[in-house]
Amino acid sequence: MIEKLDMLFVGVGGQGILTASDIVAEVGLAVGYDAKKSEVHGFSQRGGVVDSHVRWGRRVGASTAEIGQIDILLAFEVLEAARWMDWLKPAGGTVIVNRQQITPLSVSVGDWKYPPEEDILAAKSRADKVIVVDGLAIGERLGKAQLANSVLLGALSQQIEGIDPDVWTTVIQRRVPKKYAELNRTAFWEGRM
Amino acid sequence: MKRMLSGNEAIALGAFEGGVRYASAYPGTPSTEVLENLATYKGVVSEWASNEKVAFDSALGAAFAGARALAAMKHVGVNVAADSLMSASYTGVRAGLVLVSADDPGTFSSQNEQDNRQYARFAKIPCIEPSDSQEAKDWTALGFEFSEQFDTVVMLRSTTRLSHSKSVVEVDVPKERGELPPLPKFERKPTKYVTIPAHAKLRHPIVEDRVLKLKAYAETTPLNRIEWGDKKIGVITGGVAYQYAREIFEGYSILKLGLSYPIPEKMICDFAAQVETLVIVEELDPFWEEQIRAMGLVCYGKDIFPLTGEYTLTVVREGALKAGLPVKSVEKREPAQFAFKVPPRPPALCPGCSHRAPFYSLSKHKVLVSGDIGCYSIGALSPFNAMDTIISMGASIGLAHGANQAGLEERMVAVIGDSTFFHAGVSALASAIYNNSPTMTVILDNGTTGMTGQQGNPGTGETLQGTRGKRVPIEPVVRAMGIENVWKVNALDEPAVDQAIKAALTVKDKPSVVIVEGTCVFLEGFHKRQVVSVDTEACNGCSLCFRVGCPAILKSSEVDAKTKRPKAAIEPLLCVGCDVCLQVCPRDAIYRPEAVEVVR
Repeated sequence: MIEKLDMLFVGVGGQGILTASDIVAEVGLAVGYDAKKSEVHGFSQRGGVVDSHVRWGRRVGASTAEIGQIDILLAFEVLEAARWMDWLKPAGGTVIVNRQQITPLSVSVGDWKYPPEEDILAAKSRADKVIVVDGLAIGERLGKAQLANSVLLGALSQQIEGIDPDVWTTVIQRRVPKKYAELNRTAFWEGRM
Repeated sequence: MKRMLSGNEAIALGAFEGGVRYASAYPGTPSTEVLENLATYKGVVSEWASNEKVAFDSALGAAFAGARALAAMKHVGVNVAADSLMSASYTGVRAGLVLVSADDPGTFSSQNEQDNRQYARFAKIPCIEPSDSQEAKDWTALGFEFSEQFDTVVMLRSTTRLSHSKSVVEVDVPKERGELPPLPKFERKPTKYVTIPAHAKLRHPIVEDRVLKLKAYAETTPLNRIEWGDKKIGVITGGVAYQYAREIFEGYSILKLGLSYPIPEKMICDFAAQVETLVIVEELDPFWEEQIRAMGLVCYGKDIFPLTGEYTLTVVREGALKAGLPVKSVEKREPAQFAFKVPPRPPALCPGCSHRAPFYSLSKHKVLVSGDIGCYSIGALSPFNAMDTIISMGASIGLAHGANQAGLEERMVAVIGDSTFFHAGVSALASAIYNNSPTMTVILDNGTTGMTGQQGNPGTGETLQGTRGKRVPIEPVVRAMGIENVWKVNALDEPAVDQAIKAALTVKDKPSVVIVEGTCVFLEGFHKRQVVSVDTEACNGCSLCFRVGCPAILKSSEVDAKTKRPKAAIEPLLCVGCDVCLQVCPRDAIYRPEAVEVVR
């Protein structure tokens, strides 16, 4: 088992980031780690940036990791991957990006430009590994945009060695509405493809 | 059983285990979830009060009646409750009373970052400060006993990072608890509970004596503990800062203060005597540091760590390194270089928000606006820029009144939400009416306490535990108070909103009120309708619709040949069909493709 794992989940209010990071914290706990997670509610959530830290380790102190020390950055939105890139550790970091763009108000009112996706994803100098996931498209194909989150968790699970996928799906199925449990399982496995 | 609980969930569980019978709060980030969770436990009466003073008073009343009680609020809420808190320090309690103060270092969702440990010293009451969810649960339960043992209100101080972080908690009590015994008869003891001057004078020495007893207790309580390590450095810390200190000063000695006030002076002196270098790591004020320096000890503190903002591992590491302390440094790399600038993503009024039309109107009429606390604080941001002051809950009306009475030539209009109106707006409006104020007040009634996550308030009649309370409607209240010029308009009827605001602006010798009534998009009563579209032939890029600040309206890549300005486009995933942009468009370029109503 790895010594510690610091993960950062970023995106836009309303994308389900808090639930997804809850699930990951619980997976950590289920496989025997100490786990902590941290997030902020309130004002920023009104269409603003949301970030949630999840830390696994033998004994975790702070509930937020350090800037420049994150092992895996999971961006639920393309632009947010760029905003948080500096949180990744200097070497060996992984970025998982959901191919979904949500236009910020600063762009829609014309003060700013949404950068081209390829420019954002080209920021490989920072991460050793950039994994682009068509989470939204897969979710929609399976019948529900929100399934994107389980697709992303599937992609994340593949970057963490030594954990039985069943542990992930068990925790996911416990956290989603019963009638969508099976669909979320399917979405998770799609994310591992 | 191990469970991941947030600090707020843990506080609620601890209160339940500690035998709490009554709890009251006014919602406020980061404290809100304490009561939302407590409300789910059987046998606890949990209520939203109209403001934090009422919440505290109600909890105090319950404690006087012999029921263990809890009041929860954000840091600035304690300012509202402080009037009672200061005197409750004199009366003491009968059954245990825990006051949860959730501070917000970093101002994630607040108007300041005051350090409420100062209130504990000010009120001469003990302050308990947990560092994780397990301690939050255990120490809340303990707080009630502590409160009874010392006959005092106990402050449990949390911060955003504790309240909203989840960590592992050993949960061993089922969610049911046995019947609690009936309450004893009320203790009629005027010399204790009636703070007339003659009694207060007698109570004060009792308070000072209690502080001495608490100081002695601080030396032995397990809430304070020493984790011995390398004695080259000794760190005194507590609360969430303990977690950062423990990681950064790994291997060194730590004195963890779980009882933030009063501090254990002897324990600290002994600790300091055994370590080479003393370092104080505390967020915000040099609360411990000043007391420790006053004891004649030499230490590092705010000379190397910041007075402002939230602490992080990085903040503590950099402070320590700057002072040359032997902690590990981490490899750093230059910030990522992009071929573009990352556009900001400021909070925005949601598509369909009932605050949109009034701010569009206020912005258009270029009046000065004295604002208030809520989602509608977003009215201060682009593109509205329609708020000139925000101070505290309910301050909008008093401020506008004062500015107008003092002779300000421009008109200053007060803007306040429904929950905030009941919180501290009613008394301000009464004062304005009484003083023949010309103040115009716009009450944005979206049928909920929105910013904190849709809680009920007197204007909605929805109580915390789901029973149907009595609704206090705003319009009859302001009319009964004596305001003759009252307009009530539908928030999504933009022309009507604008007309009402224009009409009220013409009333210059009497107070007036415009009630803008709508439904928060997060409420079940909000109906999403067919999305609207832009007729690109008709749109000439006039940009009026961009000024409603809706995340669903985009500047398209298509530019109008004449005006050379980008035309509008609608993002169908975000649009909820509220029609405000459609009503604002002067060229009828925004339209609804089918006049079909769909319910979300």
